[in-house]
Amino acid sequence: MKTVTLTVKQAPELYLECENITPDTFAGKKADEIAQLPAYQGKEDTTLGEYFTIAGEAGATAAETQIILKGDCSKMKYIGIKMTAGEVIVNSSTDMYTGGWMKGGKLVVKGDVHSFCGLGMEGGEFIIEGNAGNYLGASYRGDWRGMQGGIIRVKGNVGSDICTFMNGGELIVEGNADVHIATHAEGGKIVIKGNVNRRVGGQMVKGEVIVFGKIGLMMPGYKYTKDVDLEVDGTKANFAEYVGDLGERHPKRKGEPVYGKIFLKK
Amino acid sequence: MSEYIIRNGHVFDPVQGIKGDKKDIAVKDGKIVETSALSASAKQIDAKGKSIMAGAMEVHAHVAGPKVNLGRWYRPEDKLFDSHKTPGMTRIEGGKSIPTVFKTGYSYARMGYTFAMEAAMPPLYARHVHEEIHDTPIIDEAALPVFGNNWFMLEYLKNHEIENNAAYVAWTLNQTKGYGIKIVNPGGTEAWAWGLNCLTVNDPVPYFEITPAEIIKGLIETNEYLGLPHSIHIHGNNLGNPGNYNVTLDTLKLVEGYKAKNNFGRKQVMHATHVQFHAYGGDNWGNFESKAKEIMDYVNMEKSITMDTGNVTLDETTTMTADGPFEHHLGGLNHLKWANVDVELETAAGVVPYIYSPNITVCGIQWAIGLELALYAKDPMRCFITTDHPNAGPFTRYPRVIKWLMSKKARDAQIKAFKNSDKVVAATNIATMDREITLYELAAMTRAGPAASLGLGKDYGGLKPGMNADIAIYNINPDNMPSDPEEIEKAFSGVAYLFKDGKICVKDGTVVDNGNKRTFWVDVKVKPNKQVAHDVKEKFLKYYSVNEGNYPVPDSFAPHPYVIAVDATQ
Amino acid sequence: MPKVVTDVTCPFCGTLCDDLEVTVSDDNKKILSVRNACAIGSEKFNHTSLPGRVTRPRKRQPDGTFKEITYDEAIDWTANMLVKSKKTLMYGWASTSCQAMSVGHEIAEKVGGVVDNCATVCHGSSLIAIQDVGIPSCTLGEVKNRADRVIFWGCNPAHAHPRHMSRYSIFPRGFFTVKGHKGRKIYCVDCRHTDTARVADEFIQIQQGYDYELLDAFRTAARGEALPDTIGGVPKEKVYKIVEDLKAGRFGVIFFGMGLTHTLGRNHNIDEAISFTRDMNDFTKFSIIAMRGHWNVTGSGQVLSWQYGFPYAVDLSRRNKARYQTGETTSVDLLVRNEVEACFNIATDPGAHFPIDAVVSMSKKPTVTVDPHINMSTEISDIHIPVAMVGVETGGCAYRMDNVPIETRKVVDAPDGMLTDVELLTKINERVDQLMGAK
Repeated sequence: MKTVTLTVKQAPELYLECENITPDTFAGKKADEIAQLPAYQGKEDTTLGEYFTIAGEAGATAAETQIILKGDCSKMKYIGIKMTAGEVIVNSSTDMYTGGWMKGGKLVVKGDVHSFCGLGMEGGEFIIEGNAGNYLGASYRGDWRGMQGGIIRVKGNVGSDICTFMNGGELIVEGNADVHIATHAEGGKIVIKGNVNRRVGGQMVKGEVIVFGKIGLMMPGYKYTKDVDLEVDGTKANFAEYVGDLGERHPKRKGEPVYGKIFLKK
Repeated sequence: MSEYIIRNGHVFDPVQGIKGDKKDIAVKDGKIVETSALSASAKQIDAKGKSIMAGAMEVHAHVAGPKVNLGRWYRPEDKLFDSHKTPGMTRIEGGKSIPTVFKTGYSYARMGYTFAMEAAMPPLYARHVHEEIHDTPIIDEAALPVFGNNWFMLEYLKNHEIENNAAYVAWTLNQTKGYGIKIVNPGGTEAWAWGLNCLTVNDPVPYFEITPAEIIKGLIETNEYLGLPHSIHIHGNNLGNPGNYNVTLDTLKLVEGYKAKNNFGRKQVMHATHVQFHAYGGDNWGNFESKAKEIMDYVNMEKSITMDTGNVTLDETTTMTADGPFEHHLGGLNHLKWANVDVELETAAGVVPYIYSPNITVCGIQWAIGLELALYAKDPMRCFITTDHPNAGPFTRYPRVIKWLMSKKARDAQIKAFKNSDKVVAATNIATMDREITLYELAAMTRAGPAASLGLGKDYGGLKPGMNADIAIYNINPDNMPSDPEEIEKAFSGVAYLFKDGKICVKDGTVVDNGNKRTFWVDVKVKPNKQVAHDVKEKFLKYYSVNEGNYPVPDSFAPHPYVIAVDATQ
Repeated sequence: MPKVVTDVTCPFCGTLCDDLEVTVSDDNKKILSVRNACAIGSEKFNHTSLPGRVTRPRKRQPDGTFKEITYDEAIDWTANMLVKSKKTLMYGWASTSCQAMSVGHEIAEKVGGVVDNCATVCHGSSLIAIQDVGIPSCTLGEVKNRADRVIFWGCNPAHAHPRHMSRYSIFPRGFFTVKGHKGRKIYCVDCRHTDTARVADEFIQIQQGYDYELLDAFRTAARGEALPDTIGGVPKEKVYKIVEDLKAGRFGVIFFGMGLTHTLGRNHNIDEAISFTRDMNDFTKFSIIAMRGHWNVTGSGQVLSWQYGFPYAVDLSRRNKARYQTGETTSVDLLVRNEVEACFNIATDPGAHFPIDAVVSMSKKPTVTVDPHINMSTEISDIHIPVAMVGVETGGCAYRMDNVPIETRKVVDAPDGMLTDVELLTKINERVDQLMGAK
């Protein structure tokens, strides 16, 4: 694996659109070619070289390419978007759409990420060491295909609307979450180690939400069924199982309806 | 205006019976002329090794108006990573299944189309339809107001008052700048206002005491009483359900005994649209099968019918129709977002996204049925190619549909690519059909035929001197047809040249001019009718939510009209 | 002789009443009376002849005062601002004609603007919900002719859409509703006992911020499942009873407003209300309609959609693609995050409606405001360009809250020499062309 290091040399006046910072785009390119890749600030067409000092070179394929970003990337959008393989490590916070529509590889953000990150994610590993904003792992507006696969791990807290229209994959939040978790989900698994504000699993058809802390208020469409022992992310514990959302439609398997499930640690 | 002489091309023109002969086409002042009429300054276009046809005419597509736009804005995901602009004079284009107005105009033009019929205009929303038509570049357009569930019509036809109904239709065409009589799920959409439907031609419409059959016959009589350029244009009852082909045959047979009466050379009294959705056998999705042959046997025999196919293109798309109950039904099947709008006194509309997946047997069968209809058609002048855009697929897939129609090799490759190809083959006849549509037949199915059906055959759909100079030149050589079917798709995706009204609007697949877009509508004169005037006044006072004075489409909405005058006072 | 102009459309709210009769002086300069309009609508017409109206552009001076300039100077300043800025917020559009919007979008596409309308602080959340789950809806005439169950949820038409109840939703007698008010059962769900609640047969007082839960409870009840004892302060017995009542109706409709769109969960509240409406169609006929505010905010959404495919917050800043993401390309986010360099406001007053942080951000950027009147936005702008009032002094197309297009009318002349929105935008567009051609 070869490494390309991008060091921020000037902060953008507005926000910089960095959809070209992915192992897939970098693959097979040398530092000077990468410096020529377009970046955008409003109607201003610029290059990555204008904003970053670029060292090293990319591998022949995405899988053989590692990208390290140094300096403050908190005004950089789209980092790692649609990446299929390889590795991206950001040493700071990033802005919106980080890891959006990611299909494979590994993306690590050492700081916080803003909203719409991991949108429509299909595969790969996305690690956020700080906090995440809203719509983490959700679908794009209007789409019924949210997170499909892969894994997202957040060491801090997350905002609202996480994993809306989730269909697969796994999100682990080590901190707390705000409102609207797994709305409209039809699959996938969400683990929240901390507390959740409210509105967990609203309109959920299928899927699982496991909460270690407290839920501010259970949705009226959820019904307690039984207590179960589960091992979740390395922790064994006893959970109360709720099924729902009973206000929503549910498919049937072998004549029995399939529900979304909330497991609340006792 | 410029003069052009297009030399050395192979001409396909059913109007003159020219089947690929090399012939020079002369253009002057927006018209096709005899070559002798040109001056020395005429510009030469070399069409050597290319095929020349008249501009293609879209007979049925949902391209402008309230439900189309609802489909656009409630599907932002349809534009995700699909909004772009070609350098040059064009605007930003976007939308895979429901393109924006700019993309709509450019895409039709790039494929060689010069006219598109918006297939369903709710009269109350006519201003919206015309605003979009106004903003759609290059292509000429017209719109068909929907009548099949209209209260005035239901009340007149219940008592068989053809003259009153005709006066009302004439009034509405004038108010809405409409082109003809569209019928969608006759009676069923009114029933839908109470959550019900009419699934056969004999199901009574709640409250109004009339059946779909009576509505259809009454509207045929109305149409021929007025002598409109187009016939009634019908989407029948029970669309999209297994076993519906019997209802379709019942609907088609209603033409028996009627003759076309008009001054436009139109011969049919009914245009049956997107027949693919109406040619289903079986009685559930498990034993679903093609009844294309049964339908086409009747259509081939009955000369008073024209039709279009509604070919499934195997894409993710957005269905939309004035058949409100059908969309409700579909939303219940695929659980994707269902939108519905019921329109007071007139109609309804529904919108649901849909994915025609090659992995689903039913979708494969639907794909086959659409193609079978065209391949069984004995008279290409009466069977036109559509995708019922965007219902069976986006119109931008016409080149692919043409490829399938022109190449058995391409069809076989697709059949093989289906996940359950044996089931698709078992439920259809497609695998046994060897026919390959010729370029000449294609010109009939996409130009001369639609033009004649719309009553525009005198000026459009052909290349005869005197006709309008809408001309498409394709990079396809009939003397050396490509063995790779993909080359056919490519040739029809981007014209070498498109002339619209004698002006080059597309060159080498790139839009170079926004042309001189016109709005076609039919202005019918009828004898003064006190009863209808009274009824209109009363309905606006009591039941409509807008004033009668605010109902008409102002002239400013159609600044370049092409008005077809019809005198029905005699 | 004074003249009476009939079939006049009211340019105030999304109800877009089109039955006004306006009497004007014979020189076409003065409005003498307005009939059929509500108090607010009448005021809109009478506003044109208020003393002190600004009829020429004004430019802010270093000392903060405004000085009159010519239209040409204002157009030149505006065009230069648009061409120079990397990304410009072009906000408003809700009180102008669709024709004007079209010209504005052409400019935005050239200069890299983000076109947003006041749905962004109003019914944008409804639009998001519709994008997520669709919407079963109908025209207002359907409500008049058929509805026998009418729910007002988080809206107060008695104050915000004054003629809505008499024209469409409660009182009118229609084709199948010959008994008018008597044949309809009216429900009002609100956290306060509003004036709309007074005319309702049933008032459901909900604890603020629990709409999503209560709507989920309605859906759960409709499926015959168990509920907790109270939901958002509403006893479960009441929920079950109302749901049965609604199922027994022939045609139900929900009207909703800011109480759903701008309380906790925003789009999710609408989403759940739409989903409930959809569920009810398994039992009877049911529709849902947003109580859109500005008279032509719906029109702005329509024009943006047919041109770019998105109903608001359309980001054209890259000039070769249109993008849309509520939370990113929406005005308040752009301003608070300082993601734009300049602001162009037209036909809506962000100064009056945006959160203070956004207004402060705008006040620090080059800003032009086009509006017939002095308002809170004009006062934080570098340039104020007054124009003729659309719907009074010039016509053009508008879309009602149920998306029905209705043409507005010109009833009087604008003061001498004043430009209309279309004329002004066309001139700015031409000036932009000149500047960009020169570059």
